Amino acid sequence: MTAAFDYQSLVTKTDGGLNRLDAAIEGMTCAACIGDIERGLRDLPGLVSARVNYTNRRLALEWRDENFDLTTAFARLRRMGYELHPFELADSERAETETMRFLLRCLAIAGFAAMNIMLLSVGVWVGGDIDPETRDLFHGVSALIALPAAAFAGQPFFRSAFAALRAGRLNMDVPISLGVMLALIMSVYETVTNAEHAYFDSATMLLTFLLLGRFLDHAMRRKTRAVAANLAALRAPLASRVSADGDETRVPVAQIKPGDLVLSRPGERLPVDGVIVSGSALLDDSLITGETARRPASAGDVVYAGSLNYDGVLTIRVGAASGATLLDDIEKLLDKAAHARSRYMRLADRVSRLYAPMVHLAALSTALFWMARGATFHDALITAICVLIITCPCALALAVPAVQVVASGALFRAGVLLNSADAIERLAEADTIVFDKTGTLTAPAPRVVNADIIDPATQALAAQLAQASRHPLARAVAALTPNAPAIEAREEHGLGVSAMIDGVEARLGSVAFCEMMPQVEALGALEPDISLVAFRHGERRALFQVRQILRSDAGDAIDALKARGFAIEILSGDRPEAVEKIARALGVEDWRGGLTPAEKVARLDALRDAGRKTLMIGDGLNDAPALASAYVSISPIDATHITQAAADAVFLGERLGPIVVTIDLARRARLLMRQNLGLSVIYNVFAVPLAMAGWLTPLIAAAAMSGSSLLVTLNALRAAPSAATSADPVASDAPAPEPAE
Amino acid sequence: MTILLFLVPLALLLGLIALVAFMWSLRSGQFDDLDGAAHRVLMDDDVEDDQ
Repeated sequence: MTAAFDYQSLVTKTDGGLNRLDAAIEGMTCAACIGDIERGLRDLPGLVSARVNYTNRRLALEWRDENFDLTTAFARLRRMGYELHPFELADSERAETETMRFLLRCLAIAGFAAMNIMLLSVGVWVGGDIDPETRDLFHGVSALIALPAAAFAGQPFFRSAFAALRAGRLNMDVPISLGVMLALIMSVYETVTNAEHAYFDSATMLLTFLLLGRFLDHAMRRKTRAVAANLAALRAPLASRVSADGDETRVPVAQIKPGDLVLSRPGERLPVDGVIVSGSALLDDSLITGETARRPASAGDVVYAGSLNYDGVLTIRVGAASGATLLDDIEKLLDKAAHARSRYMRLADRVSRLYAPMVHLAALSTALFWMARGATFHDALITAICVLIITCPCALALAVPAVQVVASGALFRAGVLLNSADAIERLAEADTIVFDKTGTLTAPAPRVVNADIIDPATQALAAQLAQASRHPLARAVAALTPNAPAIEAREEHGLGVSAMIDGVEARLGSVAFCEMMPQVEALGALEPDISLVAFRHGERRALFQVRQILRSDAGDAIDALKARGFAIEILSGDRPEAVEKIARALGVEDWRGGLTPAEKVARLDALRDAGRKTLMIGDGLNDAPALASAYVSISPIDATHITQAAADAVFLGERLGPIVVTIDLARRARLLMRQNLGLSVIYNVFAVPLAMAGWLTPLIAAAAMSGSSLLVTLNALRAAPSAATSADPVASDAPAPEPAE
Repeated sequence: MTILLFLVPLALLLGLIALVAFMWSLRSGQFDDLDGAAHRVLMDDDVEDDQ
């Protein structure tokens, strides 16, 4: 670690004048960790409280004075095996939490009112010999409870209805509000005129059940937001900011402002757009321009975020701050997924746009019809209210979006983000899976494969030296001993790093740099995909063999997909021998190597012509043409280019498991969408004519409507696997070991 | 039936007490971490650490 992380910018003040920092906890696996963490921090001077939230996997630290040192707390937790990632609470999550509390409060009040009014109503219904004075008393008390309760608990609906009306639109909340208000006004009139029936019970019960449905929906969204914020904190891209006096601090990219100076080391992607102030380097712009030839850049040149710095240390004056945090990107995708206009969704949309006007029309014509038939205004109005209540909100309008929200939330918690609208449906229909090899079946970062024959002390020493370099091969060596302290080292471009350790020079880098040609010759012929990193410290020498290895669960994932009946193929641009080895290791018979991107597309087209629906799984950046020509596509991706992938869905992390989870979830979601559509059509076909015929009382209408809405909402909740089986991206999907920063 | 004049307010009062209790627990953050609370009850935080 060459620079301290700047925590101060994330500290907030509480109402009580305390300092507060929220952090996502990485490495928390079980409930016993709650006690470990809280007890472990308890005796720190100045700390007022340390509280773990086990649901969100977060820690809230509160302290009063400057006695308290955050770095000590972080260091102590790191020794215990927990990594803390501080974050700012996103506005959207804060708003979601507020809304949920408000809904819960409304729900409590509506529930209280509904239960107490029901208590009184039951007496009125069964008490055939109840005297009129007692009945009026009960109705009066009911009114006293129902009116204030509805005024408070009905706010979510009234506000939304009012906003829609003011904008000249109709939404589902308009008929709901109208139904509730008419029922209440009717009931007050009946109470005042000492009539036999009042409908306070129907109005409050309707509100209670509607609020319950809305609360469930929000609870699901909030959980997803919380995971999004944790994930963003865990993987937030950092930048090294240089202050005026030359101090260097690591800060989240989102906090970099125009005019700041930022340092970029070899092997890093540039975090910002700007102009080079000092230093020169070869830059790989392929992410931005697609151009694969490296471009030399030096002082005065304009550079863009996303370029890979190959070999030089650059100081950059920031031109435009990114403004977009990783969290913003994730949230954009989440919103996109939740509001995706899938085929079923478009159908439901069209229906509900027509539905609101139709509901009002139906209620009005029902009232007019019954009055024309000679019914009293009172009876006609009651029937109209029944029609309003029984149709709102349309179970049809809830059926599909609810599944979409639940499924995209569950996918996200499994580490998968949807990028396109109807991905869920197409994923559910796929029957053939085509894998790319490099970066998809193999892990994104190379690993040292001969660690078991190298002395651990040598490994630790080499890892310390490797910390100083950002070269991909050096990072593989550094990953051997993840928490090795870095030492001051000098980097020779293109050769390696060197440092004085115990008075003797230690070198890590190319074979020539360490003068170890004889040892390499002694090794004999190596497989061509192995790169060597040499290390020498006096007489201590080692050759690290670094190569691409399979993702840790590639075999299991392929087996699981085969068990689900998929035909599996591997298409790779790599040499056929290398592809064959991987295919054999995974038990895949159908493989092709040495393909150009055009040949991959041709193969996918051939599959399509044969009537297959192909799911292409490949690296989003260089497999873009193949991904685009497949029926549906998924890309593994790292946090820096989350929104640049061309695939229908992307997944984060080292494991392939999310693919299996995605397919299972997609299939289940499609089934539930169909079930829900069926259920709501059946409900409407039976209930609406009954209400129009005047056979229902408002209470039965309220019960039937609530029942149908709850049924489709609860059915939609089944789209998420139970907590025990769903993968937790924070716990199980820790980033591949990297040199500590 | 005068007993109703006593019983109805009593029933309402009991319900109201439950409602206030719920509002208080909501405000004091007891619903923020539902999973953690289930485990905290099992922790011996009143026993001295012997480490």
